Amino acid sequence: MHRFSTVPMLFAAALALTAGSAAAYPDKDVNYIIPFNPGGESDIAARLQQPLFNELTGKQLIVKYQAGAGGAQAWSQLNNMEGDGHTIMGMNLPHIILQPMQQDVGYKTEDLVPVYYFHYTPDAILVPADSQFQTIQDLVDYAKQNPGMVTFSGSGSNSANHLAQQRFDELAGVTTTYIPFGGTGPSVTALLGNQVMASMGYSTVAANQGDQVRMLAVATDERLPNFPDVPTFREAGIDMVGGAYRGVGVPKSTPEEVRQEVSDVFQRINNDPRMVQQMEDGAFVVIDVPYGEVDAFMAERAAEIGGIAQRMGITQN
Amino acid sequence: MEMLGYFLQALTPLNFALAVAGVVLGTVIGALPGLSATMAVAVLVPFTFGMDPASGLIALGAIYTGAIYGGAFAAILVNTPGTPSSIATTFDGFPMARRGDGNLAVTLATLASVTGGVVGGLFLLLVSPPLATVALAFGPPEYFWLAVFGLTLISALSVGNMLKGLIGACFGLFLAMMGVAVVGGDTRFTLGSHLLLGGVDVIAALIGLYCIPVIIDLVATPDPHLKVSPQGGGFRLAEALRLCWRGKWNLMRSSVVGTVVGILPGAGGSIASLVAYSEARRSSRHPQEFGKGAPDGVLATESANNATVGGGFIPTLVLGIPGTPPDAVILGALLVQGIRTGPTLFTAQGPIVYTFIFGLLIATVLMLPTGLLLGRYAYKSIIAIPKAVLVPTVAMLTVVGSYAVHNNSDDVIVMFVLGVVGWVLNRFGFAPSPIVLGLILGPIAEQGFVQSWLIGNAQGNLAGMFFGRPISLAIVALSVLTLFYPILAELWRSRTARRLEARDAK
Repeated sequence: MHRFSTVPMLFAAALALTAGSAAAYPDKDVNYIIPFNPGGESDIAARLQQPLFNELTGKQLIVKYQAGAGGAQAWSQLNNMEGDGHTIMGMNLPHIILQPMQQDVGYKTEDLVPVYYFHYTPDAILVPADSQFQTIQDLVDYAKQNPGMVTFSGSGSNSANHLAQQRFDELAGVTTTYIPFGGTGPSVTALLGNQVMASMGYSTVAANQGDQVRMLAVATDERLPNFPDVPTFREAGIDMVGGAYRGVGVPKSTPEEVRQEVSDVFQRINNDPRMVQQMEDGAFVVIDVPYGEVDAFMAERAAEIGGIAQRMGITQN
Repeated sequence: MEMLGYFLQALTPLNFALAVAGVVLGTVIGALPGLSATMAVAVLVPFTFGMDPASGLIALGAIYTGAIYGGAFAAILVNTPGTPSSIATTFDGFPMARRGDGNLAVTLATLASVTGGVVGGLFLLLVSPPLATVALAFGPPEYFWLAVFGLTLISALSVGNMLKGLIGACFGLFLAMMGVAVVGGDTRFTLGSHLLLGGVDVIAALIGLYCIPVIIDLVATPDPHLKVSPQGGGFRLAEALRLCWRGKWNLMRSSVVGTVVGILPGAGGSIASLVAYSEARRSSRHPQEFGKGAPDGVLATESANNATVGGGFIPTLVLGIPGTPPDAVILGALLVQGIRTGPTLFTAQGPIVYTFIFGLLIATVLMLPTGLLLGRYAYKSIIAIPKAVLVPTVAMLTVVGSYAVHNNSDDVIVMFVLGVVGWVLNRFGFAPSPIVLGLILGPIAEQGFVQSWLIGNAQGNLAGMFFGRPISLAIVALSVLTLFYPILAELWRSRTARRLEARDAK
């Protein structure tokens, strides 16, 4: 995880410069399919990328939504689409690793071709502003004395939030109760309404809800720039780093050089100082995983996610 | 004085033009079955990035409110709700149109939508922060009971056919269970196919269950689709205004119901108009006319669903929690514009927020002239178009609409299969509305129940979770009242009759 810094890496910038002189990709507008409903983090990220893509290439990035089955609907159809680089799709982790492990969702993880990962929203534990828990230690102590009493709201069952809650229980040596909700919105509503004691969400929730919530800990390497007072899980002795990763992928039929070109364009968008600033404001953590490094990155995530999923007993076999 | 400035800001030529264009566009999109408000807003979001935030928001808000209103056209004239919000409008709107009062029904729907929209907008303008807490007071048990309440309304609405209504609702609940469960994550009733993993989409089901039977019946019968009004064309505005004045309490009550339901994230226009409809019928002096073309029915549903627009913006702007799906898209647009929602929004970003709210109100009022003109045109074309053109057009729209939901052809198959099933069920007296409402309420009830159970279990207070919360108890009481109201009313009537008989006998 140390490889990913929150600031663009120098060599990446150099790579981006050389990519500028490459072939004329894209030569028409690009369809960018988001496998979720509009309004979520994937959509917001795409909306921020849109104007920069246009500025950089002179072509439009057309955002389309193909929600269904937590994204599986779209991912299972990606490889039937035209592989010329003008159809790309959002790629989300842990979703594309977790879903095929659970059941037949119409695609296998290895069938998908992610070409670039641009950021992640780190897992975070949030409590309402008037909560009795001031620090993560307060929550852990309470959970140790009252097993199962601490309720965490989160988005969906067997989801990124659920996985994070299980990891937290395992690493902190506590037992908490996870309450699945139909999305980040309802999960945060339940937190603000004191229906649950805490929420397993993302740092972005803290950025959006301001002083209505208190973020107790965040799953990053270093503290977030605009939350200097919020410790990382590691500082609290809980070795949790990660969250929901987002990137783009292409149909399998896309030629190698086009895959590289898509990766290059998104790398340049991602390294744009305006993008970095917007991401920082929204409490996203910028990473930089170009096409050449995607395989290694995926293997690392698969090992991490697969282990917990196995212990949660949510795998098919 | 400050407010006047914001109001004038909302009236600048650009903002005014955006409001007009947004309302017209929204109305047309809403009138086409399957093209929803969410979709319209999402498609147009990128165009607002170049505008200043208030103008962009006005355009999106105008499209949104126009789309919710436009749904009534299809509901009244073709008996197929353009959006889920106008399901209950078909109950009385279409019977009115069939007997030749289609233009009157459209005018009533316009007046009701404007009233509801203005009431919701005024609540948004004046009392947003305190009202936002309503959204937070509703926890899992309240949503569970709210869904149960909605299901009892179905039984009450299918009078004379209560059993068939309940069977239809159960079928809807069954459809709602298909796919991967949100809570629990298990896969249910997918027949081993990943086509059904995402479950049955409400919009696809709506189009199938309402449109396909209409298409088949149009082809199977030689009668014209709608009778031509004996009073001729025109808006019949004076008549509609008189009816509105007579139903003013109904309008006010329905608008407040719509606003409050709109504030609740997860409960949208479909539930709001259903609750308003059943309240209107309960308090009406002629409840037997409902379902047969009662103008009060149209007033109730259309004022309630447009009131959810203003209501839905309350948690969106105050808490950063979208009240309805289109609000989620608008919230995303706000974030991209660099505006952080939350309690400080009204003070820190006052100029933008208040200009937007005034713009929304102006757009709502603009629905009156634009809606009347569009409605008149729609009415004229629907009665003028020969069936040989109308049927293929509606048939094509069903395919386009169900495909457009998720850009997915699987939804078209679901739509078609449910349409044929719906037509067969219709032959045996099962109406589509209980099925669709079961499909909408099922997930709310299920999630609310399991979440309440899990939280109650964790805290060792299961009974208190379901029966120890004041709002829950109030909703439970309402449900019981709704369920037994027909029986109670009958008992009361026969007792008075007996007493009268006894007196006469003396």
